[in-house]
Amino acid sequence: MIRAGLAQEIIELTSQHFVLVLVAMAIAAAIGIPAGIFLTRRAAYRPALLGFANVMQTIPSLALFGFLIPIPLIGGIGKRTAIVALVLYALLPILRNTLAGILGVDAAVRESAIAMGMTDRQLLWQVELPLAAHTIMAGVRIATVTTIGTATIAAAIGGGGLGVFIFRGIASVDTVQILAGAIPAALLALISDGGLGWVEKRLSAV
Amino acid sequence: MAPAGSAAVVEFREVSYRVGGNLILERVSLSVSAGETLVLLGRSGSGKTTALKMVNGLVFPTTGEVLVEGRGTTTWDLIELRRSIGYVIQEVGLFPHFNIGENVGLVPRLEGWPEERIVSRASDLLHQVGLDPAQFLKRYPRQLSGGQRQRVGVARALAADPRLLLFDEPFGALDPVTRLELQDQFLALRDRLSKTSIFVTHDIREALRLGTHIALLHQGRLEVVAAPEEFLKSDTREARAFLAGLEIEPRSLAENVS
Repeated sequence: MIRAGLAQEIIELTSQHFVLVLVAMAIAAAIGIPAGIFLTRRAAYRPALLGFANVMQTIPSLALFGFLIPIPLIGGIGKRTAIVALVLYALLPILRNTLAGILGVDAAVRESAIAMGMTDRQLLWQVELPLAAHTIMAGVRIATVTTIGTATIAAAIGGGGLGVFIFRGIASVDTVQILAGAIPAALLALISDGGLGWVEKRLSAV
Repeated sequence: MAPAGSAAVVEFREVSYRVGGNLILERVSLSVSAGETLVLLGRSGSGKTTALKMVNGLVFPTTGEVLVEGRGTTTWDLIELRRSIGYVIQEVGLFPHFNIGENVGLVPRLEGWPEERIVSRASDLLHQVGLDPAQFLKRYPRQLSGGQRQRVGVARALAADPRLLLFDEPFGALDPVTRLELQDQFLALRDRLSKTSIFVTHDIREALRLGTHIALLHQGRLEVVAAPEEFLKSDTREARAFLAGLEIEPRSLAENVS
């Protein structure tokens, strides 16, 4: 049933998929967490930034990939465009959870920290971030699992990954090809969910 | 009460505080001298907590000024001001991710004390508030009872040996027996350490027991400032309303029950 070379291709496309997700998540976290922290300090910017992230989330993913193609620098065909789209998708859960995690720190704890003479930087690093860490991690986990699914669409604009199997399978009505894409993607999502969930629990052990 | 211009540790000069259209404090003037315990007494919404928070610069007057050791709070370096003042609140606000030793040693650590001195200071303070350091240093706040947590809260406030201590209804959430124990502890510590304190409460018994002076706030205005013996004789309406709370004697309560 399994054709020669399929196993080889599964490994290759799975690692492509993994790298795509990893790069997108690293960038999304590097933007989303600092932006979320910024929003805890500047409430006036919350509607605009959260609104932007929300809108990104609501654009159908296939359409978002398509929209990006004609845009110079970040657009075009290939991995770069796919990563930009995945980052835009992953931003909202990370941004929202960072904001919620920090704002959710017990008011009495924050007041004590300020009244004891902590600077804003000390308050952030010694109190707010440690106490918000598991909520922020939950945002990263949710974003990662979603991104693993969305990344299959990257193949539509030449971004590679497991979507290559799925699109090819649909085009040639070949269930084996579709499953060769879908099963590794599902496994990747389950493993990431479990692994990041474990990290999240460790962080909430206070 | 020290006259204006003398060595008052804290002084309020014509302090008003307004939020929107609401006048929270109205032209409050008072001063606290070294070694005194001033109790700010009042019902909820009287402005007593707001007044307290003006001392360590958590809130600033709309008009007037608050002086700490002769300097207006707006001219202090706030970090320096706050680190020199101990602060104890009803919710305690211990850091849940720090153990008891780290909680108590926080301000010394911020001030850059060497590690072994922080640990010995924390042990010493836990001992002073009646907790065995060997047993408690490594525990976490969630493993402590309410009364134990508040003892840690007091130890934490004392850590960097501040000249001034602020208490915001610290014992309000505790059961009556624990509250009495902690009041005794407070009195013992005060006699031993001779600190200046400002203590917010709505409990007239606590005010009479702990205060060297009592300031009664009513709707943002200072109605009475007096030593406890004189406070008992004050006859403003609000003072009488508070004093009426003392007249519920245990015996009459017992009669009601039977």
